[in-house]
Order: sequence, then structure tokens, then C-alpha cells
Amino acid sequence: MTNDNLSVISLVSIGEHPTSRRPRRAEQDARAIELGIKLVGENLQTLHAGELPDDANQQTALRSYLGMGLAEMNLLEMPAQADAVLVIAEHLKQQNPDVILTGVRAESGESSGMLPYLLAEHLGMAMVTSIADILSVDEANQQAEVLQALPRGQRRKLIVDLPFVASVDMAAAMPRQSAFGPAMRGLLDTAVAGDFADEEASTWQTSNAKKRPKRLKIIKAKTAADRFKAATAKASGGGGKVVHGVEESAQAILDLLVEEGLV
Amino acid sequence: MSELFRRDPRAQWIARNRLHPLHQTLVIGPVFGPSGLLRKNLHSIGFIGPNGLKRIDRSGASNDSAQGSRRAAAASEVILPLHQVLEPAFYIVVVLDLVSGRLNGHDKDTLGLAQQLANRNGGAGAVVAIAFGELKDDSLDKAGVDRLIHLDSPHYEQYNPEQRCNDLQVIVDDLKPQHILLPDSINGGGDLGRRLATKLQQRPACGVWKLIDDTVTCRGSAGKSDITRPLSQLMLVMEECSEPISETRHENIVIPQDTSQFTGAKLIDQGNISVDPNAIPLAEAGFILSGGNGINDWPQFHHTASVLGATEGASRVAVDDGNMPRERQVGATGTWVTAQVYIAVGISGAIQHMQGIGQCEKVVAINTDEGCDMVKRADLSAIGDSTEILTRLVELIEQRKQTINGGATND
Repeated sequence: MTNDNLSVISLVSIGEHPTSRRPRRAEQDARAIELGIKLVGENLQTLHAGELPDDANQQTALRSYLGMGLAEMNLLEMPAQADAVLVIAEHLKQQNPDVILTGVRAESGESSGMLPYLLAEHLGMAMVTSIADILSVDEANQQAEVLQALPRGQRRKLIVDLPFVASVDMAAAMPRQSAFGPAMRGLLDTAVAGDFADEEASTWQTSNAKKRPKRLKIIKAKTAADRFKAATAKASGGGGKVVHGVEESAQAILDLLVEEGLV
Repeated sequence: MSELFRRDPRAQWIARNRLHPLHQTLVIGPVFGPSGLLRKNLHSIGFIGPNGLKRIDRSGASNDSAQGSRRAAAASEVILPLHQVLEPAFYIVVVLDLVSGRLNGHDKDTLGLAQQLANRNGGAGAVVAIAFGELKDDSLDKAGVDRLIHLDSPHYEQYNPEQRCNDLQVIVDDLKPQHILLPDSINGGGDLGRRLATKLQQRPACGVWKLIDDTVTCRGSAGKSDITRPLSQLMLVMEECSEPISETRHENIVIPQDTSQFTGAKLIDQGNISVDPNAIPLAEAGFILSGGNGINDWPQFHHTASVLGATEGASRVAVDDGNMPRERQVGATGTWVTAQVYIAVGISGAIQHMQGIGQCEKVVAINTDEGCDMVKRADLSAIGDSTEILTRLVELIEQRKQTINGGATND
């Protein structure tokens, strides 16, 4: 695809491993970068808002995006707990990008998944959620064809007006490996950004996730006989229809498939 | 209620014992015919004794009319008490996902939480459900819907989140609801809720799974942490956040509402595109054709799957014999599937396999053995040779495709 004039910015965050909680390359953000590289190659810009980490692990995690073949990354320095939306929106207003790629939600913090929506609102852009691919970008008509990931592996084709914000789903193409050398050599272009404290979130209490209780099957039988029956009866009901003969069988199966809307 | 006949020895004993204080209540008076003659039903005289023989007490001392009568089975459906909200003090708005026009478990849980919010602290709020597009479900009253706003026009069949969000804004301006609840799902609720939050300039509570007094607990950090925060107006709730309504009926009164005027949509839906069924992960697939030991003609099986557009699955035997790859195995040792329709060809149904298909909605069995476990589980069982049935099925489907395509070209 040749989209030389297209300006694509991918927003990246520092991920967190679900079990070890070590900082890592966030999976959805990495997919967003992969999609961006497919779209514009080396012209892809990356942006991260947050503290320049002192921790070597966190810096490695951030730099691992550079190891995917990018020369530099823009870093907006702000306190870790501050609100990133306004900072990023201010920066992007000057950049005037055509496409902004993000993950669906962050791997740490509140992870509400609101950032792409808020950015789209601030910048007056279209918003398309959980995309799997960008099929084509038509700069003349200011439109793009994107593929949205749906449940059960289905895909929906959407036409969206440029400029737009897209959050990239896990169904997008797997990200390429990050090379360590280029990651360490890559440039972090740091700029000090404003500090918008998130006062509301500071009053919340955060704890490690508790395992959610498994929902019990509640039997609301009024009599002992009914409770006994519910406790001992086999789950499978014998209500199945049985057909014999080739012609009848095939017809019955076809009828069922038509009823379910599968053929 | 059980259909079984149950003797009531105590009632029989009271009916025999003329000195018992309850004796009169069990005595049914004599029946007189139209001419005024006393009529006796000879068949109802006496009672069946414990050994199964009919016993007649000729002493006349006992009144056994109640003894032989069978207790009528209470077959009538239980009518749940109606929960009425005549003058709603406030509204709780719930936007339903309605996958293929029906309420799913997530919708019911959301409605359950909404009812909890409407009725806590003795409040008399009403739950307003908002449904977009086709609504096939007729059990909304039993799921806890006090008021219903149904927006139905052809363009809601498509994906138009901007229009829906605009409609919601109008409704929210109108009703001024205390809370707005949406299922935090990939079926549209999560997307719509976040769009609405930006338009209303509100901070939503996402991933809510517990409500305690005035605080909610949300999943944060992509499921690794719990955030306890005050109730917010807009909440995106997780599955099983609350018990669904099961003990009351609700009014389900339709509030008329027109679709709002909205232009300038930036998204245009081009419809779903066809996906290679074998590229869909087995656990996610909606339609699976699964083969087992009873299949002799594997090329035909693959052909059938491609004609049907079904994802291929296999039982363990088929995988062990090398007919199918390991990642296609369905069952406890393979993949647990959640298909809407699961066709098991030549699979007799080992318990491990049955566990794997436990969440499937419709199961179709094609088997030669009518007594096998799969036939017992299946909603539709075809007894016969699988090769012949599949051949005939493929023919029928190709005929059907031709007639549909022929009709389309004629138009």
C-alpha cells in the first residue's frame, strides 16, 4: 500500500503481564503498531504519554516498540497518575493526523477503554472500535475501509471518514518480534507536557482482583419432591427428535439449519 | 408438581372416623339424579388398599368417597406477583444488547442490577429498557422491564452507533435518569456506552461487577485489579453483576419515542464479510461440523463442511487415527466449544466429548446407533448411514443455493 502523504500516529502504553505483572509491550498496542507499519511503513509516528521510567524494565518495555522497526518515539512527560487524555489531545491538535491507532484498553490503571473515545471527541474525529484490519485508505475521498472484529470470529466492513481514531482488537495481525539492539538504539524524543491531575481517581481504592464467586444454580422448588427431582434428574432432557431414513434426515437437518439462519 | 398419584392415609383415616372433628369437611353429600332419586356411582365405592386390591367397607361406617379420588395435579403455570410502579420517583435506564432480537444472560443480569438500584432504600424507581431494532423476545416482563422504549426502523438493523448514541442522548435529556446501565459487552453495549459517556461528558464506571450500598467494584488493569469507587450515573456492567429477576413480573409499558434526527454519520456499515470458517478458532465458532469414528469418507466430510460453511471439529478417535489435526479436537482434552449449532457425525458421545459440547445450543447427531449417548443429548437425531445422509444434505443445500441465486438473477 502506498500512502506516502498519510499521517498515522500510534499511541502506545506500557503493558503489564497478566500473571507476573512485569512491564511488557502491551499486546493491543503492539498490534496497532504492526497495523500502522503495514499502512505507512517507516512514516508511522508513535506517541507515549507518561513518566520517563527510571526502572530499567519499564524502559525496556517502552523501547520494545522501537524494536519493531521504528527510529524514534515521541514521549510526553507527565506524572504517572495524571490524566493523559488532555495532554495527548493538546499534542495531537498540532500534529493534525489522519489516523490515530490505539489499543482497546490499557493493561494497567483504570483500563476503562475511554481514551480513544475521548480523543475522538476532543479532536472531532470519527471513532471506530476493535478493528482487525485497515483494508484501504482513499485520500482523495477522505475515506477508509476498515474491518471490525465481531464475536464468533466474524468481521464487519465499515467505511469511515478520515480523520479517525481506531482501537485495535486482539483479532488484528500478530505483532512482529521486537529486536533488542534497535530498541536500545532508538530515539526517545522527550517533551514536557502539562499536568492535569486526576482528582477523582485518587479517592478510589484499588486492590488486587478477587476471584469472582461462581454463580450457583438456585432451585426455587416449593416442595421436597421437586427439590429432590431437581437434584437427581439428569441435565439432558429427552426431548430430541429422532428421524430415520436418508431423505427425511437430510431434510430435517436442512430445516433446522434454515431455522437457525445458517444456510 | 408431580403427576404421581399419592394416597393421603390421614385423609382416608379422617374420612372413616366419624368422630374426628374434621370428618364433616371430607364428607361429600349424596348426589340426586334429575328425577330426585339417590344415585350411587358403583365404581367409586371403596378404595384401593395397600396391596393394590379394591377394598369395600360394607359396614357403612366409613365414608370413602374421598379415598379413591386422585389428587388433581396442579399443572397450572405459576403466575408470578406483578411489581407495579405507578408513579416512578426516578428512572433507571438500561440499554439492551439484544443479540438477534433476544435477551441474553448479560442483558438479564443488567436488568437485575437496574431493579436493585430502582428499589434500594425503599425507592420506587422504574426501570426503562431501551431496545433498538428487532425485538423477538416476549419475556421482557419477566426479566424486570417496567417501561420499554422500542426504537424500530430498518436502519437499526445495521451498525449505526452514532445514531443510537444520539437517540440515547435525547432520551436521557427527556427522562433525566438516575442511572444509565449498559452491558460492557462486545455485542455493542460497550461501544455505545463509551460513546454516550463522551457525549454526556461523564466519567463512566466500566467493568462493574458488584454493588455495595453507594459504592461499586469494577475490574481494572484489564482484569488484574478491583477498583472500589462511588456510584456513577453511567455504568457499564459485567456479566453476572447481579442475579437476574426471577420472582416478579413487571409492567413492561411501552413509552412511545421517535427516532431522533441525526445527520453526519461518519461510519457507514458495509455488512459482514464472509470469513473462512476454518480460520475461526474452534472455541469461538458458531457452527461446527464434527466427525468421529463413524466416518469412512473423510474427503466427503471436508466437502460437506465447506458447502455448509461450518468449522470442522473432530472427536478424539478421529484425531488419534490421524484423520484430523489435534487442534480440531472437541472435548474435555481438546477444545470446549460454544457453538450455536453442532452437528456430530458418527460420534457416539464419550463423556469427555459431551462435556466439551455442554454449552452448545442445538446439537444434531448423525449416527447408525439409536441408543448412543449423543442421540440422547441431541435435539435432532438422524439415524442412518452418515455418508448417504451427508451426500443428500449437500445436494439439498446446493439445490437451495441455486434456487435462491436463480431468484436473485430473475429479479
